[in-house]
Amino acid sequence: MNEMQKLKFYQKGTLTVGNRLVDEASRNVQASLDRSNSLTCGHRACQGCGEALGARYAIDAAMRASNRNLIAVNATGCLEVFTTPYPETSWQMPWMHSLFGNAAAVATGVAAAMRVTGKPATRVVAQGGDGGTTDIGFGCLSGMFERNDDVLYICYDNEGYMNTGVQRSSATPPTARTATTPPLGKETGNVFGTGKFVPKIAVAHEIPYVATASVADLHDLEAKITKAMSMHGARYIQINVPCPLGWGAASHDTIRLARLAIETGLFPIFEAEHGRITHVRKIRSQVPVVEYLKLQRRFAHLFKGGVEDPRVARMQAIADRHIAEYGLLEPVAGAA
Amino acid sequence: MLEQIEGSKAMAKVIGLCRPQVVCAYPITPQTHIVEGLGELVRTGDVQNCEFINVESEFAALSVAIGASAAGARAYTATASQGLLFMAEAVYNAAGLGLPIVMTLGNRAIGAPINIWNDHSDAMALRESGWLQLFAETNQEAADLHIIAFRLAEQLSVPVMVCVDGFILTHAMERIDIPDQAMVDKYLPPYEPVQVLDPEDPISIGAMVGPDAFTEVRYLQYYKQQTSFRLIEELSREFKREFGRESGGLLRNYEMADVETVVVAMGSVNGTIKDVIDEMRSEGLSIGLVSLVTFRPFPTRALQQALTQAKDVIVIDKSLDTGMGGPLASNIALALRDLAHAPKMHSVIVGLGGRPVTKAALHRVFRQAMIQPWEGSHFLDLNDRVIAREIHRRGKARRSGPAAENILKILESEREAAIIPTETRP
Ligand SMILES: Cc1ncc(C[n+]2csc(CCOP(=O)(O)OP(=O)(O)O)c2C)c(N)n1
Ligand code: SF4
Ligand SMILES: [Mg+2]
Repeated sequence: MNEMQKLKFYQKGTLTVGNRLVDEASRNVQASLDRSNSLTCGHRACQGCGEALGARYAIDAAMRASNRNLIAVNATGCLEVFTTPYPETSWQMPWMHSLFGNAAAVATGVAAAMRVTGKPATRVVAQGGDGGTTDIGFGCLSGMFERNDDVLYICYDNEGYMNTGVQRSSATPPTARTATTPPLGKETGNVFGTGKFVPKIAVAHEIPYVATASVADLHDLEAKITKAMSMHGARYIQINVPCPLGWGAASHDTIRLARLAIETGLFPIFEAEHGRITHVRKIRSQVPVVEYLKLQRRFAHLFKGGVEDPRVARMQAIADRHIAEYGLLEPVAGAA
Repeated sequence: MLEQIEGSKAMAKVIGLCRPQVVCAYPITPQTHIVEGLGELVRTGDVQNCEFINVESEFAALSVAIGASAAGARAYTATASQGLLFMAEAVYNAAGLGLPIVMTLGNRAIGAPINIWNDHSDAMALRESGWLQLFAETNQEAADLHIIAFRLAEQLSVPVMVCVDGFILTHAMERIDIPDQAMVDKYLPPYEPVQVLDPEDPISIGAMVGPDAFTEVRYLQYYKQQTSFRLIEELSREFKREFGRESGGLLRNYEMADVETVVVAMGSVNGTIKDVIDEMRSEGLSIGLVSLVTFRPFPTRALQQALTQAKDVIVIDKSLDTGMGGPLASNIALALRDLAHAPKMHSVIVGLGGRPVTKAALHRVFRQAMIQPWEGSHFLDLNDRVIAREIHRRGKARRSGPAAENILKILESEREAAIIPTETRP
């Protein structure tokens, strides 16, 4: 069991570990004065953007873990666009954007360059949205995994192509409305039985480390980045990052939605090493998916006129399946 | 040292002497032997301090090179045909970012119909991508051009494509002078990037650029290429001083003193053309050749100087822009336009998909240009009969079927008809 799991000092109403309640060494990176602020303020993300939050925590943690000896490669997407309205840049670190679908490969090249130019201590992260990762960049990602290149790839999963105006990606959940899965017609929203969960595919590559994380638990997110950075070879972390604009949600609900995604079982949080799941983040009590869906306009057609669409039950079934598959529910105290 | 060696293997050796630090490999005929050769040199330790990376696609090959180059390593890859198109987005990206990557292109046709043999369609498809494009005439030059290419790329911070005719050069065994390491080291200093990803001095590379600056960024690329002609010539002269032979440069004149008819061509076909020119000159005809080495940047001035006295210019294209004609011819037409006494231009399309370019056919077409010029593009050795039959067949039925397969069927039936004597046919 890692250090983070022993902590149970959750603040009321959140799952964020209360920093002041833990010893200094366990406090999160963002809480320290010497955090690197690698993705600094002034960027153009929407209010409440989960991706901006996730990236700030992830990259600062990676910076600390590498003693600020880090290079980032970014795929095209919201994160790239909102951070670099040149001549302004939010990146207080060496950062490069090449194309939408090649971040993993560019990072491979950077890592190779570090080895041949005598800078083996310089580490490399690649980052992209779900579209840049699970769709157009998937070939490069799988190649990077398969070669076990020394790259940590971080996918900011907001379940759609947000930068181009909210279109369906292979990470868009069933029934969600996007600009390419309109809310009208016989079967409204995204269909069932499509899409892919890339963390599982990453595990199948048997790479050293795979994890899912969420902006609802930033302490866990930092811990996973830190752990990933302590290893070498191909590593993959997919972070669930709600997008107020694309999901049709209130900016102040970003963390709440991320938390509900976990507590419903829709977004399982786990770690895997070399092809085997090694740790699962348990849910204390499962929350019905309705509570998650109802907060987002992308699912509004499921609740038209006060009637619940039968597809809500199918969404619930997906959540239940995750709970069973990953063993997400915390065992009841005292049970064998 | 002189060696009897396959073109690809010679290139691999010479690229190895250029001390590449990251080599990305992906197989596609006819460039495959080059990266195989490099892999072998890395494995045996003949090339040291080099990461040889087997990627999953050409798009990844060039993307890895982009990352490596931006992070300060000398990066190399090779491709051809479909592979170049598969990486097209990264080809433009490397140029836009100003990364001095060197890439060998084993020139090959582009499908459909799929065809593995030589022509220049691949290079022409990406002629506007911002890369410098150098065409090798011989295998010696193919090897030499890589040394020049790394130097040129790094001096300008622009990527360079070395275009080498597939099979005709890549697979030909020839006697080639492979220089020694010290000579190459003297000519090609270590890579000193103008921009680099470095935690000690962090910068952002690849930012979004809007209408306020995009034109200026592009203009600078244009300016850099337009002012590189002298450098390209200087590097060729320096190469000659150091290595004792002529390679590279903008173009080379062959038998050009006071000639009336000038042929312009790129790549290995110039060898055949030279033979034809020798023969025609011995018959008293006034004909010479400009062998174009540098296609991008396009050496307009140098071509104008070479062609200013000519009455007829015959442009040989090994590729076809199906909506326009020969790309080289289009470019040369622009260069000739501004001459006081612009010569007549005759465009010839040759060698598509590996069709042999014979001396006999060149003799015919060069003579025809002098006495009976044509409009538009002339297709060397075009099988008019087959074309006529297919056009006729298409006129008869809406569902006439796939063109390529139909042409093959017609050819096959013609072959059969030629083999089976008429009287025994049913
Ligand atoms: C080859 C290519 N195709 C399409 C695009 C257009 N494009 C840019 S960003 C983007 C969406 C990005 O989606 P995602 O990767 O999920 O990141 P997000 O913006 O959601 O964070 C698209 C489709 C592009 N830049 N390049
Ligand atoms: S559209 Fe979504 S992902 Fe993009 S900046 Fe806005 S909130 Fe963030
Ligand atoms: Mg997205």
